[in-house]
Amino acid sequence: MLVTVECILARHGYRRSDLIAMLQEIQEAYHYLPEEALNYLATALDISPATVFGVATFYAQFSLDPKGKYLVRVCDGTACHVKNSRRIYDRLAKKLKLREGRVTTADGLFTLETVACLGACGIAPVMVINDTVYPQMTPEAAEAIIDGLMQRQAEPGPESAPVGERNG
Amino acid sequence: MAGYVTIDGIQVPIEGQRNLLEMVRQAGIDLPTFCYHSELSIYGACRMCVVEDARGQVISSCSTPPADGMAIRTNTPRLMHIRRMMLELYLANHCRDCTTCAKNGSCKLQELCARFGVDRVRFPAREQTEPLDLSTPGIVRDNNKCILCGDCVRVCSEVQGIGAIGFAYRGAQARVTPAYNRSLGEVDCVTCGQCVAVCPTAALTVRSEIDRVWAALRNPRKRVVVQTAPAVRVAIGEAFGLEPGAISTGQMVGALRRLGFARVFDTSFGADLTTIEETHEFVQRLQRGERLPQFTSCCPAWVKMAEQYYPEKLGQLSTCRSPQQMFGSVLKKYYAPQEGIDPTDLFVVSVMPCTAKKFEAQRPEFAEGGTRDVDAVLTTQELARMIKAAGIVFSELEEDSYDTPFGLATGAGVIYGSSGGVATAVAREANLVLTGKRITDLALEPAPGRPGVMQAELEIGGRTVRVAVVSGLGNTRRLLADMDEGKVAYDIVEVMACPGGCAGGGGQPLPNETAQRKARARGLRAADKRQQLRFAQDNILVKELYSRWLGEPNGPAAHHALHTSYGHRRRIAGPDEAATRQPSLQVKVCVGTSCYLRGARDVLRRLSEEIEKLGVEATVDLQGAFCLERCDRGPNVVINGQEFNRVREDDVPELLRRALAAAPRQHAPAPAAEGGERLAERQ
Amino acid sequence: MIATELELKQAQKEYSSCLARERVRILVCAGTGCIANGAMRIYEELARLAAASGDLVDIDLLLEDEAREGNAVVKTGCRGLCAAGPLVHVEPAGVLYTHVKPEDAAEILQATLDGRVVERLVYRDPASGQPYPRPEAAPFYRRQRRQVLERCGAIDPERIEEYIALGGYQPLAKALREMTPEQVCQEVLASGLRGRGGAGFPTGKKWEFARLQPGEAKYVVCNGDEGDPGAFMNRSLMEGDPHRVLEGMIIAGYAIGASQGVFYIRAEYPLAVRRIRTAIAQAEEKGLLGDNILGSGFSFRASVKEGAGAFVCGEETALLASAEGGRGMPRPKPPFPAVSGLYSCPTVINNVETLGNVAAIIQNGAQWFRNLGTEKSAGTKTFALTGKVRNTGLVEVPMGCTLREMVFDIGGGTPGDKRLKAVQIGGPSGGCLPEAMLDLPLDYDTLQAKGAMVGSGGLVVIDEDNCIVEVARFFMQFIQNESCGKCVACREGTKQMLALLQKIVDGKATIEDLDLLEEVALVVRDASLCGLGKTAANPVLSTLRYFREEYLAHVEGRTCPAGVCAAFRHYAIDPDKCKGCGRCARACPAGAITGELKKPYAIDQSKCAHCGACMDTCRFGAVEER
Repeated sequence: MLVTVECILARHGYRRSDLIAMLQEIQEAYHYLPEEALNYLATALDISPATVFGVATFYAQFSLDPKGKYLVRVCDGTACHVKNSRRIYDRLAKKLKLREGRVTTADGLFTLETVACLGACGIAPVMVINDTVYPQMTPEAAEAIIDGLMQRQAEPGPESAPVGERNG
Repeated sequence: MAGYVTIDGIQVPIEGQRNLLEMVRQAGIDLPTFCYHSELSIYGACRMCVVEDARGQVISSCSTPPADGMAIRTNTPRLMHIRRMMLELYLANHCRDCTTCAKNGSCKLQELCARFGVDRVRFPAREQTEPLDLSTPGIVRDNNKCILCGDCVRVCSEVQGIGAIGFAYRGAQARVTPAYNRSLGEVDCVTCGQCVAVCPTAALTVRSEIDRVWAALRNPRKRVVVQTAPAVRVAIGEAFGLEPGAISTGQMVGALRRLGFARVFDTSFGADLTTIEETHEFVQRLQRGERLPQFTSCCPAWVKMAEQYYPEKLGQLSTCRSPQQMFGSVLKKYYAPQEGIDPTDLFVVSVMPCTAKKFEAQRPEFAEGGTRDVDAVLTTQELARMIKAAGIVFSELEEDSYDTPFGLATGAGVIYGSSGGVATAVAREANLVLTGKRITDLALEPAPGRPGVMQAELEIGGRTVRVAVVSGLGNTRRLLADMDEGKVAYDIVEVMACPGGCAGGGGQPLPNETAQRKARARGLRAADKRQQLRFAQDNILVKELYSRWLGEPNGPAAHHALHTSYGHRRRIAGPDEAATRQPSLQVKVCVGTSCYLRGARDVLRRLSEEIEKLGVEATVDLQGAFCLERCDRGPNVVINGQEFNRVREDDVPELLRRALAAAPRQHAPAPAAEGGERLAERQ
Repeated sequence: MIATELELKQAQKEYSSCLARERVRILVCAGTGCIANGAMRIYEELARLAAASGDLVDIDLLLEDEAREGNAVVKTGCRGLCAAGPLVHVEPAGVLYTHVKPEDAAEILQATLDGRVVERLVYRDPASGQPYPRPEAAPFYRRQRRQVLERCGAIDPERIEEYIALGGYQPLAKALREMTPEQVCQEVLASGLRGRGGAGFPTGKKWEFARLQPGEAKYVVCNGDEGDPGAFMNRSLMEGDPHRVLEGMIIAGYAIGASQGVFYIRAEYPLAVRRIRTAIAQAEEKGLLGDNILGSGFSFRASVKEGAGAFVCGEETALLASAEGGRGMPRPKPPFPAVSGLYSCPTVINNVETLGNVAAIIQNGAQWFRNLGTEKSAGTKTFALTGKVRNTGLVEVPMGCTLREMVFDIGGGTPGDKRLKAVQIGGPSGGCLPEAMLDLPLDYDTLQAKGAMVGSGGLVVIDEDNCIVEVARFFMQFIQNESCGKCVACREGTKQMLALLQKIVDGKATIEDLDLLEEVALVVRDASLCGLGKTAANPVLSTLRYFREEYLAHVEGRTCPAGVCAAFRHYAIDPDKCKGCGRCARACPAGAITGELKKPYAIDQSKCAHCGACMDTCRFGAVEER
């Protein structure tokens, strides 16, 4: 893994100001930020591990815990909120049996989060799974999509999600 | 920039003040702050120093530079209201049990609440949920009492250049923490205690050993003796209304005796020992031209830093123990048998200005046979508390003197307490040893372009000896970087972790700012000048110790009792990269700081390229690993358990080929690497 | 490679002649919203069909062969009518089709080639149902003046050739050729352009400050961290006309003496990031970025940095801290970024829309910009009109347009028979204005005087079914989540305000709590370090000012007039209607419903969480709300 991090560092010229971009690339590769990667960044950039940790924990995008294969984000921006996006979230939380602050299912398949405004307010309420945007969601529709993904897991197939479009 | 700022209607001239806050204070108005510190970068977060400008805008005075024609008001009803509300909001998220708090009576939050008449908190109290961090011997971290002023973060990062503690998360979840929410003892904190010196609340305090000392004092089987560091005598009086720098040695000794210590000794005696040992060590190195420049080793925070960050310089550290530890060793190994006491029944307490000394006293090297040479370390703050608890009225004490034989110290020992002291003492001694001449002062001058560094040159026997003195670990790191790049060279370097030297240690009374440190240093210099004896070798009782017990300075007996060795330390506790597969060749490249700086990265990269070239990705598991603790031999590579040191990028292809050739015979012992010396070096 | 202005003009001629050889141009909206609704499949289908008929062309084919003619199918940027998507627009007929499906592709293509219109897909005004084949005539578009958005929906944003064909980069050439940096600053100042990100600071003034700063290294930063929930103006502009923003940035760089530009775009806008990156690459390829642009001696380079999910990074000093690789914590001002900004160098930070206006101002002059808008707030502004309004979408109007025109004329009013309650302007930092203020003009100073702000341009319409206290609470929760935590006023103050609002919504508050809420809000407004904190109190203060009765209803009247706040709702099972199926008991998250099968069930009020799930689940209407 540190070999990958080394390549990322080299690509950014070991610039401290690119720290956030480097963290984004590490997260994209591993679906979270492993501690060893952060320590290596600290050494390579000559900053303290506490500083790197501080940057990694400031931004909502970063996770120091492994995320699920499917990152399900329900938008809770104003337009979506007034269209009851909260009910979609609650239904999915119940479906995935996520309780007491847990956001990732035990089998590591799904992580459920809210996100503040994706800027797609015209198609509210919005749900995003990995890179795919699902418009005009309802609790039932969202649940059905999750069902589809669970079934897809049971029968291996192409990686893209079944309904909705990938961004252009 | 010239001109005036009108403050509450009074015109105040602009004379180089950096911000409005400094001007306001000069105008005789005491604006409160939590996060402002003259030595640290501007933060502007506590919102206590707010003032109103001519347009009615509320601005923080610490962050606004003065400009001619500005008019501000410091005390409008709106500002008063803001300050009270801010305090109320701080209290909403803070423990309100002042009575049982370590900072009761010296807490800035408490002080300001009283000052502004905050008499109610209309918000529900927060639940205190975080356990104390007791992972270091010197510092207690209580995050429940943190007000997020960031002073500790900035002092550790900007002044000490370590950054062991930082801000994490955001908003109401924001907290000050070491990396990954670990405890201080698990990361690269060196226990210098500068964070304790700046913390306005009880989030960071000195770890108390008072109860252990009371227990020993009351234990009839224990003979309890105490040694006091130089920097304590010019600071202890501050707890009793005296000015910083006031020399209250006599009363301090008297108080200690009243507390029940059987003997009261002077650490400066130990410092004289250190001077002699270190001088002889230095002279020998000079004559042999080896292991130079020599770095002093009496500061335990500096030693820990060297072990963590500069393992390649460990060979240059003086092997001398610190005065505290030399003295402890003398007491346990010489004094105890002399007095007919079992060393385990002798309880040695030291009073230090320093939190790192608590860490030092617990080092396993200083506990031969399981008995610690120094059993407990009290900081100046703790001694003051004990004196008050015992009801002793400090100002009414008669002056008393130290006990023989270890109460006699020269001025050379006393000046150890301030930055430049050790170097001066060693310089005096070296000059005397080599030329027979006596000089008392080392002409130390600020090194141009290097804040915190002083330097001097001595002509000793036709040879120029270059001396450097640095205090503050951030300044130290910069100096070391310059030395490594060849920009400057010295023969001996005194390093003190705390800016200004031990006079500013983490255990000194609060406030512990530049003004107090300067005054204390001045007091120490005066104390030095008051001594009749200013050269360590003139200390006849020290000489007696050598003739009766230690033999020759720097000789084998002296080495056993008074010298030590150093080890490598990881910077951060945690997992190494876990192996997930079991291929035939497992290659680990250490990427800890020291190996990294020596080129481990290039080795790692080259290995990756070679593996790809040979097409053996399936059989070779290449990993980076954290700190194999062979830091002085890096870059280090471990292949299937066999260690290779000082590996260079160019060694990689050959190393890999041989390892692959050897690999199939997994269960037979790995053959010795042949060929070049570099490849063959292993533990 | 375009090395001189002459070559630029030649390129324009060449490219526009290419576009002229398109017999028809079918534009498929490929903004985030339409893509989510399947626009890509429509595009692919149209392209496939057009190719099958042998006449599909694109700009590359047209460039290769001067004689070539054909039909173009193009992906384009956001037209603003996201709720009516997927949108397909055909030229030269100018017809707009809405709610298009892939199955409609063949019909649209054929009709367009035949010069017909597909009636059933034509845009219809939601309020009246009337069809408007030419959308400019529709109420939604009629009152708008789409200047900054003029090319969104008309061009392929991923082809610089189309941008140049329509005259792009000529303003830059003009500035470089005949204006000094000082004159550029003056022109922008004279135009009255004010920062479109929310603060409304005169752009020309900011540039002039930076221009006068000494120093070799200066920066232009484009603030693309549009974090206001409900705002997507900047996203649409970056996705739909990225070169417009880029050109504005280059002109800004020339004006202040900067040779480096940075786009800071939030990570939640991956398409915008891609489009800006593509635009930069294409401009570099053509020599419009890099050294010696158009032979003027001026050099400029641009790059993109992504945010990582922090609303506070929209505040300029926090943005700088983030761009430098650190935590997005604001810094006290002074020093201002124009003096000491990115890497402590003089820096101008402008909003996406501000930069989007620059090129046109240079081209047409300051007076042209002043022709629209008011005296103190010149020009146009984009707004995202959402919420309880028929026509939701992206809108651009002259400053000074009233709220009434916005909500009713353009927006088509509130759906159903619902009464308009308030308009929330400017995102969570803005305020709510009541129905009585609908005739207020939308400009910087008027709104500020009324305790609101134009902000970035988000406009959320709220009707009688929304509880204004819940709206305030919702925004305060957002602010609390996004507060950076540096200064105690915002960190603790918003936390306590949120707790008090939660108390009110839960029906547990007293009148003292209400007074305390107001007190804290005023202090947070005065004492906070940065703009986020300073405006955090706006939702509370503006709703207290204009909707106090609704607060009092919660606190003293023990009721929620809008019927929203669960604490005031009381659920009971009518035993006559209950069939004893047990469905409600299973749906209840609090386990408050018990009973035996086939016998009437009952709700234990002490356990009831007032969530309403039982009522939603019951198929027999046996659960009543009282």
